[in-house]
Amino acid sequence: MATHAAHAHAHAHTHTVKRYKGLMDWLTTVDHKKIGILYLLAGFIFFLVGGLEAILIRIQLMKPMNDFVAADTFNELLTMHGTTMIFLAAMPMLFALMNAVIPLQIGARDVAFPFLNALGFWTFFFGGLLLNISWFTGTVPDAGWTSYVPLAGPTYNGTHGVDYYVIGLQIAGIGTLLGGINFMATIINMRAPGMSFMRMPMFTWAIFITSVLIVFAFPVLTVGLVAIMFDRLFQANFFEVGGGGNGVLWEHIFWVFGHPEVYILILPAFGVISEVVATFARKRLFGYSSMVFAIVLIAFLGFMVWAHHMFTTGLGPVANALFSIATMLIAVPTGVKIFNWLFTLWGGSIKFTTANLFAVGFIPTFVLGGVTGVMLASAPADYQYHDSYFVVAHFHYVIVGGLILGIFAGLHYWWPKMFGRMLNEGLGKLTFWTFFTGFHLTFFVQHFLGLLGMPRRVWTYLPNQGFETMNLISSIGAFLMGIGTIVFVVNVIIAWAKPRNAAADAWEDGRTLEWSIPSPPPEYNFKQIPLVRGLDAWWKEKMDGKTAMTPAEPLGPIHMPSPSILPLIMSIGLFIAGFGFMYQNHWVAAGGILVTFVCMFLRSVYDDHGFHIDPEEEEVQA
Amino acid sequence: MSAHQHVEGHLPHEPEKATLEGRNKVLGFWIFLGAEVVLFGTLFSAFIALRHQVLDGPHPSHLFELPMVFAATMILLTSSLMSVFAVQAMHRNKMKALIGWLFVTIILGLAFLGLEIYEFNTYVSEGHKMNTSAFSSSFYTLVGFHGAHVAFGVLWISLLIAQLFKKGLTVVTAPKIYLSMIYWHFIDVVWVFIFTVVYLMGKVG
Ligand SMILES: [Cu+2]
Repeated sequence: MATHAAHAHAHAHTHTVKRYKGLMDWLTTVDHKKIGILYLLAGFIFFLVGGLEAILIRIQLMKPMNDFVAADTFNELLTMHGTTMIFLAAMPMLFALMNAVIPLQIGARDVAFPFLNALGFWTFFFGGLLLNISWFTGTVPDAGWTSYVPLAGPTYNGTHGVDYYVIGLQIAGIGTLLGGINFMATIINMRAPGMSFMRMPMFTWAIFITSVLIVFAFPVLTVGLVAIMFDRLFQANFFEVGGGGNGVLWEHIFWVFGHPEVYILILPAFGVISEVVATFARKRLFGYSSMVFAIVLIAFLGFMVWAHHMFTTGLGPVANALFSIATMLIAVPTGVKIFNWLFTLWGGSIKFTTANLFAVGFIPTFVLGGVTGVMLASAPADYQYHDSYFVVAHFHYVIVGGLILGIFAGLHYWWPKMFGRMLNEGLGKLTFWTFFTGFHLTFFVQHFLGLLGMPRRVWTYLPNQGFETMNLISSIGAFLMGIGTIVFVVNVIIAWAKPRNAAADAWEDGRTLEWSIPSPPPEYNFKQIPLVRGLDAWWKEKMDGKTAMTPAEPLGPIHMPSPSILPLIMSIGLFIAGFGFMYQNHWVAAGGILVTFVCMFLRSVYDDHGFHIDPEEEEVQA
Repeated sequence: MSAHQHVEGHLPHEPEKATLEGRNKVLGFWIFLGAEVVLFGTLFSAFIALRHQVLDGPHPSHLFELPMVFAATMILLTSSLMSVFAVQAMHRNKMKALIGWLFVTIILGLAFLGLEIYEFNTYVSEGHKMNTSAFSSSFYTLVGFHGAHVAFGVLWISLLIAQLFKKGLTVVTAPKIYLSMIYWHFIDVVWVFIFTVVYLMGKVG
């Protein structure tokens, strides 16, 4: 590791680095822990926006022939709800957990590229902002989150609505791709001594594979968005049938990205559940190596099933049969994971904390989503389910019942580590029961609405078709989920007012390295990089009667990267350029791009020497 | 781990991998190139799906001028070889030779870009425009994306030459040089596929 000699030498000419306080600190930070908090804050605000859109949708569908919102507003709401929830709420909240936890779990002081980490956050933020500004300019994306052509093409969508979708997602997508590259490199290169791949915590494994999926899936979306943007802005003919283009090509591109995206969302939740269940069952995760094998297999298969979204497109019986079988195969590794969680709980002395309630609630809920997934995977049956509320019920069971419950489990579990404060358990349990009950009320009945023939994405429906009662139940459930979310916010505010007194090993049963350091951790995370002696490194030390990890390096000054405002300005440049492209003002577009390039130039020319923190000196001061 | 622990003239054997920062950069860049492979793979797929949709525009077998494209190919392949020499010079810690090879690399890159701009101009004047057909749209997008990559590479390497003059060859500048050279090879490999899939297959129909 870093030699003492090098530190001593570096110390001889310490660089003075401007360190900011207050708002400027947050705008310039490159610290993964702070970036995690920024992701959480922004992601949660978008979660509230997307949730509000969902509530408006459910109010409109509460009774037949309702006219609470106009039909075209309804299209905008459902498009923005899906797009916001997936790209701007779910993924950033996962990035929040990744940032908050991964470097700690692998015993590192930061990610491999702290600067790019900040850039990733700001591009996501400004991409999401651009998308949502559409509400104020009056032309909102309304072609669904899948943005199928020709509906999303220039012929049938002449306003700027879909431009906001295309450019907003393009900018936000840069951030996601940077995150994927960063976490892959971090996990490969930055693990503490002794942490072999097969000693990595399950959450780290899940994020590693998720990052691989991001790196190989997101560029496909990039190209798709470029193509649709060229069609809309430069009269290209990728998807314009009159110009020789091909609408099915968009479907292929979108779902080659879109299906791995589903696993980008769910694999981190799998990781969270594995950590939470093992901690609160106070048992080692059952079948660790089969768990690793299962995620790798799910990720691999996830790239060859995209056409199950296109069974009714008319690809022919051979293609449908192959994609059908490939899709059903994924149920096997998924089942392995479900059984491993159950066997982890089996015979454990289980503590039902809020985090564990969410994790245990996740298991049967996700199984339901998986079962309907296998039903949908059967191509002939899919001809009946396609575009009905059955599909809506299925993917909400997977995404809300899987991913969102997983995120709530993770937030309640790692909250003391992120903020140094415990969330209130009573309010947490109230969050769980209202959200969980509300969720099943909302979406369970939608299976039957779909089987009865209610099509998805409709603005309203006629009375006396057997839809009324179930739609009413569904809407009431949605309100209950809203209440659960509000209780969570109240819990956070109350915790905020309390003193920062969470213990390092906040749950006392922590198994992984993040619980061996203070809550919240110091800027440099580990005073000395720990030596890892087995799976569940911290648990192993505790079982051997130790109270701290064995260090793998001597004490010494710690090198830190400097804060920088450039990531923020680069993202603002792209944001401005986005508007320039959209409104065909080439000066504005060029100006925005120029801002970004100047920042890249400055970053390349001025070396970041960083600065040094001496943990011993700090302790003396404190 | 601080980057300035090495005094100039005492560079380690592989200066690009001497620090953790350097090793991170090299690994991260390979991962980035993995993403680039997917990006170009998708562009190729779109082109292959749409390349027969010529409509009223000129047919590729009449449009493409193989001798010029072949010349461009040779120029880019040669520049890739020059970048190999550049990395060898870097490993032998020969600053002057390194800057020389980098310089030749970007000159050849500029020559390639000049030919491409001339080529696109000719095509547009023959009625092969962005909005002519699905073939033309996917052609300009694929080949244009590659051209933009070459242009970015030229700017990047020029900036690095300037930094070499100012800062010398250190464990900070060495990883940058190394990455730009991997990038340049990658662009070259993509072009070989473009030459085959777009131009040669376009000629035979
Ligand atoms: Cu799918």
